[in-house]
Amino acid sequence: MLKFLLLVLVGASAGVLGGMGMGGGAILIPLLTMLFNVEQISAQAINLVAFIPMAGVSLIIHFKNKRVEKEGIFWIILPALACSLAGSLLAIAVKGSLLKRFFGGFLVVLSVFQFFSDKIAEKINENKKSENCVKFSKKP
Amino acid sequence: MDREIADKLYMAITGALTGLANGFFGGGGGMIVVPLMTFLLHMKTKKAHATALAVILPITLVSACIYFMSGKFDFSVGVPSGIGVIAGGVVGAWLLGRLSAKWLTKIFAVVMLVAGVKSLVF
Repeated sequence: MLKFLLLVLVGASAGVLGGMGMGGGAILIPLLTMLFNVEQISAQAINLVAFIPMAGVSLIIHFKNKRVEKEGIFWIILPALACSLAGSLLAIAVKGSLLKRFFGGFLVVLSVFQFFSDKIAEKINENKKSENCVKFSKKP
Repeated sequence: MDREIADKLYMAITGALTGLANGFFGGGGGMIVVPLMTFLLHMKTKKAHATALAVILPITLVSACIYFMSGKFDFSVGVPSGIGVIAGGVVGAWLLGRLSAKWLTKIFAVVMLVAGVKSLVF
């Protein structure tokens, strides 16, 4: 019962971050592997499943507010689907300890980007101002 | 290169990288696709965040099915943490805009770094 409550708490802390758009999975997966000795692949499976209801609700709201760019989106989605299939099969095939190390490296890289995200955003905005051909804003 | 073709190539690269990472790491697709969409595809930030979900949701469904079918989903852990994620997600969405995200982002980055190093080394 205590474990159940602690798991709810860990999930909730990741959920709060996820709800704020900060990638809750990046925190849920390491918490599950470190505090509860969950296998890396199982933690990843949980993160994937937990993401679906939240993302579904958010997406419906975004669709209603017409915030989703539909033009040419299948050029992104189709390769993404194929590669996510490959990535998932690869994750299952790789040894657990190795997968965990890869994941750790991924987190380290992401954390650096996250830390400097405001500076990066500033840079992008500067670049945009100096560019005339802005693809997704050229149409009225 | 023809601009039309270049655009589609950039889009395909964005999708491929996002799909591969999200499938292999069981998440994190959003942290890749949003910067790629704003930087490589010149999408506006708000639009990129919304569009990112339209990309990540279908690929997460595919990955979740594969993980699930290979028996990697542990219900005894998945159910309680899933309940927590949903409850926390509602709170997080409510907090968004009410809380200064600037420092939270930095703190979150440091926590991520520690967790990353720990996963990498131990």
